[in-house]
Amino acid sequence: MTEPSQKEKLRGAEIFVRALKDEGVEHVFGYPGGAVLHIYDELFKQDAVEHILVRHEQGATHAADGYARATGKPGVVLVTSGPGVTNTVTGIATAYMDSIPLVVFSGQVPTALIGNDAFQEVDAIGITRPCVKHNFLVRDVKDLASTIKKAFHVAMSGRPGPVLVDIPKDVTADVCEYDYPESIELRSYKPVTRGHPGQIRKAADLILAAKKPMIYAGGGVILSNAHQELTEMTQRLGYPITNTLMGLGAYPATDKQFVGMLGMHGTYEANMAMHHCDVLVAIGARFDDRVTGDLEKFCPEAKIVHIDIDPASISKNVPVDVPIVGDVKSVLGDLTELLKEDARQPDAAALADWWQQIADWQKLDCLRYNRNSDIIKPQYVVEKLWEVTGGDAYVTSDVGQHQMWAAQYYKFDKPRRWINSGGLGTMGFGVPAAMGVKLAFRDEEVVCISGEASLVMCLQELSTCLQYDLPIKIVSLNNRYMGMVRQWQEFFYAGRYSHSYMDAIPDFVKLAEAYGHVGMRIEKSVDVETSLKEALAMKDRLVLMDFITDQTENVYPMIAAGKGQNEMHLSPEQSSTDRELA
Amino acid sequence: MRHILSLLLENEAGALSRVSGLFSARAFNIESLTVAPTEDPSISRMTLVTGGSEEVMEQIIKQINKLVDVIKVVDLSEARHIERELMLIKTQAKGAAREEVKRLVDIFRGRIIDVTENSYTIELTGPGDKLNAFLEALDRRMILEVVRSGVSGIARGDRAIGI
Repeated sequence: MTEPSQKEKLRGAEIFVRALKDEGVEHVFGYPGGAVLHIYDELFKQDAVEHILVRHEQGATHAADGYARATGKPGVVLVTSGPGVTNTVTGIATAYMDSIPLVVFSGQVPTALIGNDAFQEVDAIGITRPCVKHNFLVRDVKDLASTIKKAFHVAMSGRPGPVLVDIPKDVTADVCEYDYPESIELRSYKPVTRGHPGQIRKAADLILAAKKPMIYAGGGVILSNAHQELTEMTQRLGYPITNTLMGLGAYPATDKQFVGMLGMHGTYEANMAMHHCDVLVAIGARFDDRVTGDLEKFCPEAKIVHIDIDPASISKNVPVDVPIVGDVKSVLGDLTELLKEDARQPDAAALADWWQQIADWQKLDCLRYNRNSDIIKPQYVVEKLWEVTGGDAYVTSDVGQHQMWAAQYYKFDKPRRWINSGGLGTMGFGVPAAMGVKLAFRDEEVVCISGEASLVMCLQELSTCLQYDLPIKIVSLNNRYMGMVRQWQEFFYAGRYSHSYMDAIPDFVKLAEAYGHVGMRIEKSVDVETSLKEALAMKDRLVLMDFITDQTENVYPMIAAGKGQNEMHLSPEQSSTDRELA
Repeated sequence: MRHILSLLLENEAGALSRVSGLFSARAFNIESLTVAPTEDPSISRMTLVTGGSEEVMEQIIKQINKLVDVIKVVDLSEARHIERELMLIKTQAKGAAREEVKRLVDIFRGRIIDVTENSYTIELTGPGDKLNAFLEALDRRMILEVVRSGVSGIARGDRAIGI
């Protein structure tokens, strides 16, 4: 009798840790608890996978998310059952909206107790179902290794997204042979990657015939690592390009063809060019309502090409003329090859007129603000930060006015440098995300631009930063208001500032010190640059910079919800004639 | 417009709730939904009746296709197809009505599958409008209970949905 091939028999918890190692996972963000104690015991015995102990499970998901956005690798989270997993839901939903690959492992009560309302039991699969790309409950240790493989495969392929794997405690104690598959096939899941050649040909025809072309590129370009392909094609054509909030860095912001971000707080020129273009090339962008404004008034004259890996994104909000389903990198490569071979060239005369029109819009200088103010203008802080970091920092943000100013005034020339919660708009994202980025890139400058309201939502992670020596820099634009809420209340609720002001704000300098870090309070414009330099010079210290900024400053331009792209509120800094023009 | 979608999906715990959850999360409408394993026990077949404009139907089909457990989606209403529904009805059957109900069941080619002194239990299959017509023909006050399976559908001719 021949011996069956001898494979090692391992406990589920050992299988779990071995599978992570075999998957190439180096970092796991997590928090222990009863249901995952077998796993934590195995983590203790090895050092291939480094575990980062966060202070709240929401922080773990945001940190893993920041890590994933900056590196392109999946972010991995490990939490216990019950409140451990419910605390991850905001982070999972954040990643889901922005298509970020996360694999979240949650402990579960033993299989025999599932459904019994056991201690720390919650239906993790049910709770997370609407905000994951997919989730799995592992009922048998024999399925554990292959399920982990599937989870990473689903999270990383196609349109990426978070995947949750729920593992009952008894599964981590049971024993079976360990076999981690090299690759995995799912008959029900086969994302398209190559674009249809006929559709790409049609797109090339439309693009070359354009008189007033516009390229609109989103986060999909960054997820697909297609920034080089995008840049090559855009520069070959000489067409204007705008990026979405999620797409910033996909095309170098300091290049002359870049007309700024578009959408609700996009530049005047980007929104006007969108409104008046005759051919719109949408690449890895999803026509989100913050981009389109009123759909009835969106790009009224444009034929639209849309390249996206997710068929469901195409013609969801705006009907398109030439849909191309495929990986942006592959499709842009094919499209550029076609354009190179084509004898036809873009219409130079029409393009010159179009650029002249755009230059006229640019003259408005829509991001102008009072640079001579004594009171610190928040825009000034971001602009100075861009200068002193040479435009090369990783910048995370929370959500609100500071996020928009960061997007408008920090010019990102490289992809994966701008890390923010675009889709879900999650306050509390910035600090843990910066922590995740810093872990991946210890030698790089990582700055979290935040506000005093967002900052306190995940502030507990300052402890984690100390424990793992992650000296991020925090730029807090402190206007003592929930700034964006205040702005909407000023514009649309006659200045009734309902619950957007906080009466008791902590002393952030002392707070930073209490966590073992450095705190700075900056109250005058003249001190902004020197303080930033001083903080950045403290390479091995986390510095929290509390900038006391102008309380009344608003984010401009602004398209009110439901208005058309060409209906922008402009800053009072613009002359009245200019404001009427808009 | 009314559409009949036919789905093949992994016969796994939770697959049904992924489909039904998608419909509620995206505010799509479900008229009926039936699901059971096929000849291959690892695959379930679902028939789902829904409706909406062309754009909404395109989104529904794309979103269903996106679910990792879904192997295939076909809109049966795009081509010739057959739809059937099973209905079980319990009615009063006393006195003169006993004969009348029996005649009605014969006309609709139904079957009486259980009888008591006071009641009939009737089995009827057919497209939804035939079942509706039968219900309308009965005196509403006589109906004790109605159980409908929801629509099952299949394409006409040689066309078959497989993996």
